Amino acid sequence: MTHRNDRALHVAGLARVEGEGAMHIVVSGDRVERVELEIYEPPRFFEAFLRGRHYTEPPDITARICGICPVAYQMSACAAIEDACGTDAGEAIWNLRRLLYCGEWIQSHALHIYLLHAPDFLGYAGAVEMARDHRDIVERGLALKKAGNELMGAIGGRPIHPVNVRVGGFYRAPSRADLLQLRDRLRRARDIALQTVAWVGGFDFPDFTHDHDLLALSRPGTYPIERGDLHTSTGERFAPAAFEEHVLEVQVPHSTALHARLVGHGTYFTGPAARYTLNSQWLSQLARDAARDAGLGAECRNPFQSIVVRAVETLYALDEALRLIEAYEPPKPAAVDVPIRAGRGYGVTEAPRGVLYHRYDVSADGLVETAKIVPPTSQNQAGIEADLRRFVQDRLNLDDENMTWRCEQAIRNYDPCISCATHFLDLTIDRR
Amino acid sequence: MTAVVIGIGNEFRRDDGVGPAVVQRLAELDLPGVSLTVTDGEPSRLIDLWAEADVVVLIDAVRNDPARPGKIHELIVDRPVGGLGGTASSHGLGLGEAIDLAVALERMPRRLVILAIEGADFSAGTGLSPEVAAAIDRLVDLAAREVGTALPR
Repeated sequence: MTHRNDRALHVAGLARVEGEGAMHIVVSGDRVERVELEIYEPPRFFEAFLRGRHYTEPPDITARICGICPVAYQMSACAAIEDACGTDAGEAIWNLRRLLYCGEWIQSHALHIYLLHAPDFLGYAGAVEMARDHRDIVERGLALKKAGNELMGAIGGRPIHPVNVRVGGFYRAPSRADLLQLRDRLRRARDIALQTVAWVGGFDFPDFTHDHDLLALSRPGTYPIERGDLHTSTGERFAPAAFEEHVLEVQVPHSTALHARLVGHGTYFTGPAARYTLNSQWLSQLARDAARDAGLGAECRNPFQSIVVRAVETLYALDEALRLIEAYEPPKPAAVDVPIRAGRGYGVTEAPRGVLYHRYDVSADGLVETAKIVPPTSQNQAGIEADLRRFVQDRLNLDDENMTWRCEQAIRNYDPCISCATHFLDLTIDRR
Repeated sequence: MTAVVIGIGNEFRRDDGVGPAVVQRLAELDLPGVSLTVTDGEPSRLIDLWAEADVVVLIDAVRNDPARPGKIHELIVDRPVGGLGGTASSHGLGLGEAIDLAVALERMPRRLVILAIEGADFSAGTGLSPEVAAAIDRLVDLAAREVGTALPR
């Protein structure tokens, strides 16, 4: 770096401060006393910011909560506003939403697998160190991610913060030809995804399982992405409108993020492993076969294997995208009218990291009166802490450096969205 | 010869929105042959945006301690930066990692200029602090000059 003006610059941190997080572990003798994941959570600010806004604005505003999963926010927002107004966008629009969402799953999962999580398993400090030894692998990951970006760009208008999404549907539907020309690249990406499942399936996974409840959308006949009812691993089923009757958010002193509990069941997880466990039978044949060959059973309760589930879901998203494109006819019109109607609406979709809940009250003059957003990471926080407590307890013989590294790897299992719930992970271990 | 200007930032985090604000101003100048883009700084996207370019100007807000809000640092990056803004993040990677990764993959632009501007307020909300807003004209000039010298007249 050249400092043209010859002055020293101490950059304390670049300014993508969507969120910051820290983790504290307190060990007394041979017992883990406390594990706290501190998360500063912006969605509460967005909830306040949305009040008084026009009912057509939440998809664009909430998309800015997270740079990694803007489509998730847009889709949950559209679903909730349309629900409040009593409008159904219709199958053609829902299918195009699903296709756009596939793009987001592909790029988000590819980023996490290749640049964030795989280095942990291969003994590298990060993606840069891994790239120096395994340039071909990192290039493969970037090519996979790019396929997702291109799909998002073709439908959303651009790969970040898509501008083509509106309440009721889309500003403009891509032509059939626009999407057909993506097929070759998506097929190549599907081959990479298949290699990816086999590659991550060969990693060493610590022997560690949890018995928390699991929460995911379910829509029999199809793997859940853009809609469905909520199912739990203990057999409860409820509609999006009943989310707040079943999920209780509680304040904890060490974090501005609320902890979530399933009423009557306690700590739970949402996310890829929960989706897979509750819905693996609805994956495409190709994805099911690849999962089996990579050593995944019908369910996944070892958080370290979440990387395999992400790879399987990436493969599925590519397979599903190709299926949707083959069947695609542009929705006419590209958006349905959503006449203003005073009321309350709910929207739940499966963000790459899990269930994303939106609820809005819309007034008779079309303004948002209240908004509530429950992102996946805050739902998972209590479970992450509970798992880490147990994980650390069994590894107290490790020195602080090794312990820190193992804990960071463990936290990455859950892919906490620090943009939407930690950016800097400062880990402190207090041994007493 | 290709020139790209990239504004990094989030306009819902006050001064973090300065990169996108500068790009918006540059769009009004209608500079021929210059592609303008706004992104969130995620490394693989940055690498895709800049890998084929000859000249890249990247505008990003930075936190400094002590802060001199509105102060512009012009950095010409021609080698690995080793931990610029390095994080132990579980979720995202920073600009420093983007540069180091691009170097490892041999996908750096021919010339990369970073215009880093010190911000005062990165809290949730819209609008720039007065010191940062006052620096926009200078940032636009610096960026336009940098891409201008790279393009045929």
